[in-house]
Order: sequence, then structure tokens, then C-alpha cells
Amino acid sequence: MSQSTYAEPVVAPSPPVPSSSGRRRRTATQLENRRGWLFASPTALLLVVLFVAPVVVVVVMACSHWTLLGGAQGGNFPDNFTKLFADPLLGQSIGFTLKYTALTTVILMPIAYGLALLVQESRRWNTFLRTAILVPSALGIASASLLFYALYSPQVGPINGILEKVAGTQAGASILGTPGGALWATVVLVVWRFAGYFMLLTMVGLQAIPSDVYEAARIDGASRLRTLRSTTLPLLRPTLAMTMILSITGSLLAFDQFYILTKGGPNNSTLTIVQLIYRDAFETRKDLGLAAALSVLLLLALVIINMIQLRALKLDADEK
Amino acid sequence: MKHNAHGRGRGRIALGAVAAVTGVALTLAGCGSSSGGDDDKAASSIPTGGTDDGTSLTMWSRAPLEKQATNAVTEYNKTHKNQVKLELLPNDDVEGKVGAAVQTGSLPDILAGDVVRVPYWTEQGIFKDLTKQIDSLPEKGDLQSGHIKAGTVDGKEHTLPFVTDISVMVWNKDLYKEAGLDPDKGPTTLQEFEDQAKAVAKLGKKDVAGTYLAGQSGGALVFTLFPMIWGNSEKAINDEGTESLMASDSAKKIYAAYADLAKTPNGLGAGSKEETGATWTAPFQNGKIGVMQYPATAVSALFTTSKFDIGVAPIPGVDGGSSTFLGGDAIGVSKDSKHEAQAWNFLSWLMTEDAQQKVFADNNDTASNLKVLENGYKDADPRTIVANSTIKDGQTPIAVNFNEAFNAAGSPWQLLVQDGVWGDASKVDGDNDAITSTLGQ
Repeated sequence: MSQSTYAEPVVAPSPPVPSSSGRRRRTATQLENRRGWLFASPTALLLVVLFVAPVVVVVVMACSHWTLLGGAQGGNFPDNFTKLFADPLLGQSIGFTLKYTALTTVILMPIAYGLALLVQESRRWNTFLRTAILVPSALGIASASLLFYALYSPQVGPINGILEKVAGTQAGASILGTPGGALWATVVLVVWRFAGYFMLLTMVGLQAIPSDVYEAARIDGASRLRTLRSTTLPLLRPTLAMTMILSITGSLLAFDQFYILTKGGPNNSTLTIVQLIYRDAFETRKDLGLAAALSVLLLLALVIINMIQLRALKLDADEK
Repeated sequence: MKHNAHGRGRGRIALGAVAAVTGVALTLAGCGSSSGGDDDKAASSIPTGGTDDGTSLTMWSRAPLEKQATNAVTEYNKTHKNQVKLELLPNDDVEGKVGAAVQTGSLPDILAGDVVRVPYWTEQGIFKDLTKQIDSLPEKGDLQSGHIKAGTVDGKEHTLPFVTDISVMVWNKDLYKEAGLDPDKGPTTLQEFEDQAKAVAKLGKKDVAGTYLAGQSGGALVFTLFPMIWGNSEKAINDEGTESLMASDSAKKIYAAYADLAKTPNGLGAGSKEETGATWTAPFQNGKIGVMQYPATAVSALFTTSKFDIGVAPIPGVDGGSSTFLGGDAIGVSKDSKHEAQAWNFLSWLMTEDAQQKVFADNNDTASNLKVLENGYKDADPRTIVANSTIKDGQTPIAVNFNEAFNAAGSPWQLLVQDGVWGDASKVDGDNDAITSTLGQ
């Protein structure tokens, strides 16, 4: 059962059996097989190098004592996992990540839907609106975060002054200085950055609904609201499910915006799970094994969550 | 048959791939462990004073020390055959970059780093053992010892002081005059500090506050508050670096004084609670703060440029006495260096009185050689001399996990100060236990 026994036929196929009539067919099949593998091999290679290998390395790391400066120092399963669960920041960061995910999804989805309808219905400003709404999506999340960091800054940004006049907040106090302020400031950034993208996805779904369905609804004398409830929404469900998966998965993996805007502060109140991974690896404990253990857990959680969501999506597709 | 062949082939490929990947992973793991092992090899072949034979050396330092590092390298390159090539790392990237270089064996010949990180680095074996060389340095007795102690593991010395940065007490003499205080006398106890801050607060001027604190920056908080404990001849952490002593009666007095100022109108500057350290020095620089602890390098730059008059004194202990935080960067020869004799030539040169004078004293920076500190600043501002005089009483806290326990964003120490000054002060004991458990892990 050595590795080479299995790998050998791939690298150098065993010579064709020199026998009667089956010989040519056999060679042809083998040739075809080989060609198939040749076609598939670039993708397979990419998959192995870019996906399978890192996952395996992370799992090995998660089960070893592996520090940033000291390198790998042998297996220690399950020490990393017990250490992980002893960290009070873990529960805190999971709680915050879930809260943030719920908030962004609940706010982002209706806004994207509303924008899609707006762009769909509006005739005169259609092109301008679409462009205006989509432009933020062309900005990298890190650049967008830096832009908002400047906007929120009490030293150089305009928002503090506006808030002081409108809401009477203290002039010198940073918006990012309180847990609530930091969370909402980030939610605003993320909604601004992603609304256009999700609008585009929703719009594609909307345009896929055939117009004769609407015609039939009109002939039946359905009101606009009724059309929306009984025609548009049911036919849009697969699209909505897909955008929701994207939004939830993306939010659960939130890192850049918090790394730049809040650094997890104030007092760890906006620390997401991925930030905790980063901190464990590079800032506080410098323990790659511990960070890998948390990554493995996060990966498992994401697989389960996505499985549940995909099942829901499949049901929707069947209904259609 | 066709299908069968396909199926079997796919299975083989998949198995082969998994096997190959596992092999790669195990090899990687093997590499890592072997590179982690070969540390602490004593560099015994180095001649006294090192070798100056025209070798090209690499060196890493961090961006905040650009001025001092550039001065040192320029002066050395001008007078030696060896040439040092300096690379400055962004402050936040240092740990990651050094970590990656350790794994791949590509550290520079000479590595300088924040002194609070050095104990961990040394323990992880990234510096060469220089005990013999350091002990035979004629200037060793004159060097401030904090940066040597930080790089000492099991009695073996690895590092020397590179740049010394210290904290001092500064006050705005113009505001002191307005508040009816003696502008030539800074606080000498915690009580005086609080009283003077309150007097400035009472002026009721717009945007002017008694004092300021970087509430969300663990690094700035140790830099400013630890000397008040040391000045009282007490310890901030135990000698082994495994236990935090920041819930002592003296420490609680400090938190209470700041809590009192936070409740006083204009007592503690707006934004103190949220200050992450990025704009920590700005309010005093803008003349909006009465009295606060400050980095000596930053204040010496203000002497000529500020519109108001500045007073400088050592940071007082809680009940008197004084001390300072010996911060800055320590320097050593990395484990990967193939030119240790040449690297040592740079290090030993930098410790000489002549180099300390030219590189640091002549540029109004803080030298690490006590003799130069005493004699080398004849033409300097008298306030620089006051600041330098605190070095002999200064300390560097040494703990392997210091960075995680105190300096990192959201560290248990930061949470302790938040509770002690702005929150529920009864939580301080519990918070201090959290620091201890982080130090001891």
C-alpha cells in the first residue's frame, strides 16, 4: 500500500498487454483516458496546489506545537484546541461575528432589493443610477475602509462636525471610540461598499422573470402589492437565497474592514473570529498552531452553515 | 469498461494527490522543526572589535526610529570599509516579517527590535549568543543595562542598546502661569500631579484639559504609568516576568487619581478613553494639555518649534522619587548571519563613546552610554540634560509574553486601565490576575 503503487500508473502507464484483438481497443481507450487526464490535469493541479495542500498544511499545523518564530516543534493534539476554548476572547468574538452577520444581512438585502427595483423601474436616470450605485463595488474593501477611516476621524473627517451639529455629540470623541459607534460605522461602510454588488445580483434575478407572468397577473386584476407578493418574490427566491449565502459567508469571514477601522477595539468589542485568528498568529501569542486550530473550526462551521443554506436553495429551485 | 477505467484512474489520481500533498506537508513540518532547533550557537570565532574587511551587511530596524538608525548607519559607512544596508520595516509588520524570515533562514545580519519584544525573540533563538564579546566590551559598565538584560536568557547575553527612548513629565508653562502655578516646578508626587492638572482644568478654557492619557494603547500606558510605580521603589512585574503587580496599593492610587481627573470637568482631555496611541502626543503639542508624561524624543523636537514654553522633569513616583521607562530598541546579530565578525564590528563601534557622541548626542537624541549622557550634552538644551539624567534610574520591564499581556491592542492591561479609570475600579484585581495568567502561559 505504498504511495508509489498508486501514483505509478499515472506517471508511467503500464505497457499494454501484447495480446490478440482487444489490443487496439485497449490502446485506444487508454489513449483517450490519458488525453482526458491531460485536459483535466491543469485544473487538478491548481486544485491540489491552491486548495488541498493548504488545507492539509493547516490541519497538520492545528495538531502541532507550531510557533511563528520557532517553527514546527512536533505534534501536540489536542492542546491547541483546549487552549483555544480556554480563551475568553473566543466566545466574545463568535458572539460579535454573529451579531455583525445578522445586522449586515438584514440591512443589506432589503436595500439591494430596493435599489434593484429602483433601477429596474426608473427610465430616465437608469444608466446614471446603475453606475452611481455600482461604483463603490469597484473599490477594494481595504481602500474603502481607509476612506471611511479618514471620514470618521475627528481630526480630518467631516462626519464628527456634522454629528455635533445634528445630534449634539461631543466634538473630540471619535465615532469609532464606543462599541456601538464602531459597529455601526463598519456596517455603514459595508452596506455602502456592497449594496451595488448585491443590487446587480438581484437585478439579474428580476430580469429572468418572464414578462408574460406579469401580464397574466395584470389581467387577473392583481394590485402592485399583490403582484410583488405573489409573483415577484416567489420567483426571486433562488436569487435571494444565493445573495443571502454570499452575504452570510462574507460577513462571517469579515476581517479587512475591522482590521483597518477598529483594530478590534474599543476594548475588543469589535473583534471578529478571523481577526482573532490573525492576532493569535501574528500579534499576541504568535502561535500558528493555535491560529490553525481556530481556522479549522471556522472552516467546519462554514461547511455546515453552507450545507444547510444550499439545501434550502435546492428546495427553492425544485419549487420553481 | 470505459467507465470503469475512468473511475479507477480517478481514484488513483486522487489517492496519489493526497499522498503527495501529505508528503509536502510533512516535509514542510520537518523543515520548520529543524530550523527552530539550531539556536544559541555561541559565536566564539569573532575577534575583539570584529572585522572590518569591506563586507556588505544587511540590517533591519523599524520605521519610527528612522532618524537614529539612518544616522548610525551613515556614520558607520563613512568611517568603515564594511557597508551596512539598512531596511526600515513598518512598525506593525515587524513581527510578521521577522517570523517569516526566521522560517526561511533569511534574517538580516543585524537585527534591531522594540526592547519589549526582545525577550521573546531571544528565547526563540533568533539572536546569536554574544556573551563573550559583550562582557569584554570596555564600555560595558557605562551602557544602560536595561537593553542588555532584555536579551539575556539563562545568563547568556545576546543584545546591546541601539536606541534609547525614555518617558519624562512635561508641562505647559504658559498654562501653568495662567493657572497661578509655579511654571518652573513640575509635580514631584502623584498628589501634586493631580493638583496641578486640576488647577489647569479649572481655567475652564475651551478644549484645554489638565492632563491626557492614551486609554486604548497598552504600549503608551506602560510607558507613562510604570515609572510612577518604579519611582516609588516598587515593581510593576516580578523579576521572572511571570506575575503582574499592577493591582498594588500604589497602582490603585494612580488609577484613582486618573478616575478623579476623568470626573473633573476638563480634568482628563476629551478622547483619552478612546485614544489608541495614534494621536497620543498631539493635544500637548497643540498646547491644549497642562501636564502629562511624554516621550523624550518627541518633546526635544518641540523645544524649538512650539509656540508655548515647555517644562521637563522626571516622572515622579506615587509618593516621591522618580523613574523612567527605558524603551526604544535593542540590537543583536541574527542567527542567520554569515558575517558575524563584521556585524560585531558595527555593534562594538556603536557602543564607543565617540560613536554615541556623534550618532546620538550631537543630534540631540538620547545616547545609551552613561558617560556620554553626562558629558556629551554641554551645548544641549538644559531640559535635554534633565531628561537624560533619569536614565540611570530607569527600568525596562522584561517578560517573554510582555507584548501580549501589555502592548497588544485589547490586552488585559488595557482592559485593567479602562476599568480602573473609567469603569468599575473593583474589577482591577481580577484584571490583574488576567495579566498574570497571560504572562505565565
